[in-house]
Amino acid sequence: MDAGAISQYFPLYVEAFFLTIKIGWMGIALSLLIGVVGAFVLHFKVPVLSVIINVYVELFRNTPLLVQLFFIYFGLPKVGLVISADKCGVIGLGLLGGSYMVEAIRSGLSAVPVSQTESALSLGFTKRQIFTNVILPQAVISGIPAVIANVIFLLKETSVFSAISLMDLMFTAKDLIGLYYDTTECLLLLVLFYIVMLLPVSALGSFIEKKIRFGSYGD
Amino acid sequence: MDPILKVEHLHKNFEDFKALEDVNLSVQKGEVVVIVGPSGCGKSTFLRCLNGLEEIDDGKVILDDKVINPGNANITKERQKIGMVFQSYDLFPHKTILQNVILAPLKVQKRDKEDASKEALELLERVGLSNKKDQYPRQLSGGQKQRVAIVRALIMHPEILLFDEVTAALDPEMVREVLEVVLSLAKEGRTMVIVTHEMAFAKAVADRIIFMDGGRIIEEGKPEEFFEKPKTERAMRFLESFEY
Repeated sequence: MDAGAISQYFPLYVEAFFLTIKIGWMGIALSLLIGVVGAFVLHFKVPVLSVIINVYVELFRNTPLLVQLFFIYFGLPKVGLVISADKCGVIGLGLLGGSYMVEAIRSGLSAVPVSQTESALSLGFTKRQIFTNVILPQAVISGIPAVIANVIFLLKETSVFSAISLMDLMFTAKDLIGLYYDTTECLLLLVLFYIVMLLPVSALGSFIEKKIRFGSYGD
Repeated sequence: MDPILKVEHLHKNFEDFKALEDVNLSVQKGEVVVIVGPSGCGKSTFLRCLNGLEEIDDGKVILDDKVINPGNANITKERQKIGMVFQSYDLFPHKTILQNVILAPLKVQKRDKEDASKEALELLERVGLSNKKDQYPRQLSGGQKQRVAIVRALIMHPEILLFDEVTAALDPEMVREVLEVVLSLAKEGRTMVIVTHEMAFAKAVADRIIFMDGGRIIEEGKPEEFFEKPKTERAMRFLESFEY
């Protein structure tokens, strides 16, 4: 183990770390937006749009992110759309994540029993009031574990960004190994930075789950 | 006296299955009508038609001279006059007991929070649960949840209460605490339509028994008549099924 190498590479990893986080979270924000809109479309069975969302979900859930990135990064310029690697990463992650988020949020919505709606109807609530006061809060509670699992999965998926020359953690590690052959040091740093990135998310996830579970768990 | 609730020639189909056929019923103010019958005879469906949870295929449900079903734009408003308690309680799991009770008064009737909370606590006190006001439904037993569900319906000041097998999901030792609440409501003169499998309770609470089978009303009468000397063969066989 070469401590000198580690201290020399460290700043490069820090830079890559922040780039990964930036693109990762922008992609996740996009995926959540797609997820909420898509899940609402499916929940309210909006005609035409429901079909489009279903096709989208199946298409993106059943193809690897790497292939999707290749299509966006190398394919779109062929039809005249040139996108920077950064934007490509955000869009790719957002589209992949969106397809998972749609399912996670939709399953949260459909986990609320129909009898909840019926008992609320019998009390005189309007459909809109039932959605905001009865269904949505319960859907958030039951959907959050799946959403958090998706967030962690998406942050890890950022490792394929290196394939479109985004200087993320994975790219930096591969690059340094190629240049200096300090394989052990470079891979250790890589693992370390991924853990530093993901551990707080996992911890925050379990905290939120415990916090919100109370009201509904095991009704 | 004019009946408060009138059902005229009600028909309800589930695709090809005729769930209810030409059902007619009038309920007077203050009357307690108990509907009994074998499983699948349509009694729960009938109750759900009374507040428009099921759309009907023919006929009319009229409350206070206003047509409830077939539904109209005002159905949401009219429904407040009909309280309903379900077999599965269906309290809102993400709200405390007090919040469960006052949610509809606040959102639907736009009542003042202090005023609604005060009444909620009085009603909870009445069913012996005011000490549970800050707990969540999951922390209560089935019988306690069902009593809260009754309070949640009562606070809306309904003109008529519907009970759909409210003790069917309860452990036997909890049945009594719920039925006693229903019985006390009957004694104070509330108008109620009750679907139940508890024959002793039906006998005690009912002003009139309706026996349904195959989606039709087969027989109706005073409880003592119905339980002692049923007029129809089918009612006789139904009552025999409760004897060991």
